[in-house]
Amino acid sequence: MHIVDGALSIPVLVAGSALAVAGIGLGLRRMPIDKIPAAGVLSATFFVASLVHVPIGPSSVHLIVNGLAGLVLGWAAFPALFVGLLLQAAFFGFGGLTVLGVNTVDVALPAVIVHYLCVPAITRSGPRAAAIWGSIGGAGAIALSAGCVALVLALSGEEFVPAARLVILAHAPVMLIEGILTGAAVFLARKVKPELFVVFATPARGV
Amino acid sequence: MAGVLETTRTRGGWYDELDGRVRVVAAALFAVVVVALTGFAQLTAALVGAAIAMVLAGLPIARTLRRVVAMDAFVVFMIAMLPFTIPGETVFTAFGFPASFEGFRAAGLIAMKTNAVVLMALALLSSFEPVAFGRALARLGMPERLVHLILFNVRYIDVLDREQKRLRIAMRARGFRPANSRHTYVTYGYLVGMMLIRALERSERILSAMKCRGFSGRLHLDTDERFGRVDGVFVAIFAPFVTGLVLWETLARVAAS
Repeated sequence: MHIVDGALSIPVLVAGSALAVAGIGLGLRRMPIDKIPAAGVLSATFFVASLVHVPIGPSSVHLIVNGLAGLVLGWAAFPALFVGLLLQAAFFGFGGLTVLGVNTVDVALPAVIVHYLCVPAITRSGPRAAAIWGSIGGAGAIALSAGCVALVLALSGEEFVPAARLVILAHAPVMLIEGILTGAAVFLARKVKPELFVVFATPARGV
Repeated sequence: MAGVLETTRTRGGWYDELDGRVRVVAAALFAVVVVALTGFAQLTAALVGAAIAMVLAGLPIARTLRRVVAMDAFVVFMIAMLPFTIPGETVFTAFGFPASFEGFRAAGLIAMKTNAVVLMALALLSSFEPVAFGRALARLGMPERLVHLILFNVRYIDVLDREQKRLRIAMRARGFRPANSRHTYVTYGYLVGMMLIRALERSERILSAMKCRGFSGRLHLDTDERFGRVDGVFVAIFAPFVTGLVLWETLARVAAS
């Protein structure tokens, strides 16, 4: 879900941008220069994945996979997803410029949350259990994102509350799809290349 | 082969002569000003200005407009209910819910803001050579590591998009047809998982290749762009335009209060 320019109130835009800057800053601290290739290629992968459309009912939706991005990248999901949104806004005209900060927080904050919730279990347990945790992460990230978008809309004005409810409703099927999909992706990665969940794992003690 | 991020130009494209910083700052400034506008007259002026900027960019017009329309689908989603949720003078009643004049006004304002910002962004930014966009951001003070992240994205989005297409062809060749089924979503999950695994392995090869060429923990951003005469001309037109919008808005607000 992209929020567009012109709908949100100025305080919401400012607060969203400030949060995004803080998140990106934290993410960059976890990303020393020799991890830039891994972060760059992985975030390009998430960009390409978001161009993939999957069928839903008679129509189709593009993937978001911010849950999977969080599971793999941790705090680095903030800069990675920000870059994706920036390139989409600049080169495709999707989303908007003044809402860049808000949109970044809406997808990246849930990514970081599911990282903390699910990655310990994914790395500890076998592929099958890991897939279940992956599903929880994938679906949970979408639910949290929809919640963030709805909250941001509702904070911008009473009149957006019905649109906010609609956002949550519209994301229910997406949640299901991304849950199944993320579970499968985690199952495969856990079997073939378990390092994927450790490259950007949060260090046990501070940075 | 044209990349994912590159838009082939049909004509001219003299924005490339501009200092990249000027383009980024102009687009950002325009967006901030337009979002703060509150009257139809000012917004019409902004929209016309953005449309002129787009024509001057020499981008394929039909394709650019298609992108604007695609984004308008999101706008409609956002504003469709405003006439019914903002109280005011009733214009008509649908299913027993009154639609207000004030609601239509608010919806119209949002739609115009969005379209003006997107048109200007497409004009000034989508015409960028992607690497030049990254360099311009670096010279505007974006942290170096974030810029390198952008440059890696610019490089590998195309590579990975081609890989994704190859994998999809392989899936089709094995009889995969997307449908509304768990099998479809699991298969797409394996596709994304496979892409991630390959990406990580690719990044290990990239790092080895970089080390082989003497990478010692620093990447360089070379730029020899200067603020030149073309930039002067652009600023001489663009600055009065944006300043005019700000003044107009200020006067309108003073008159209204």
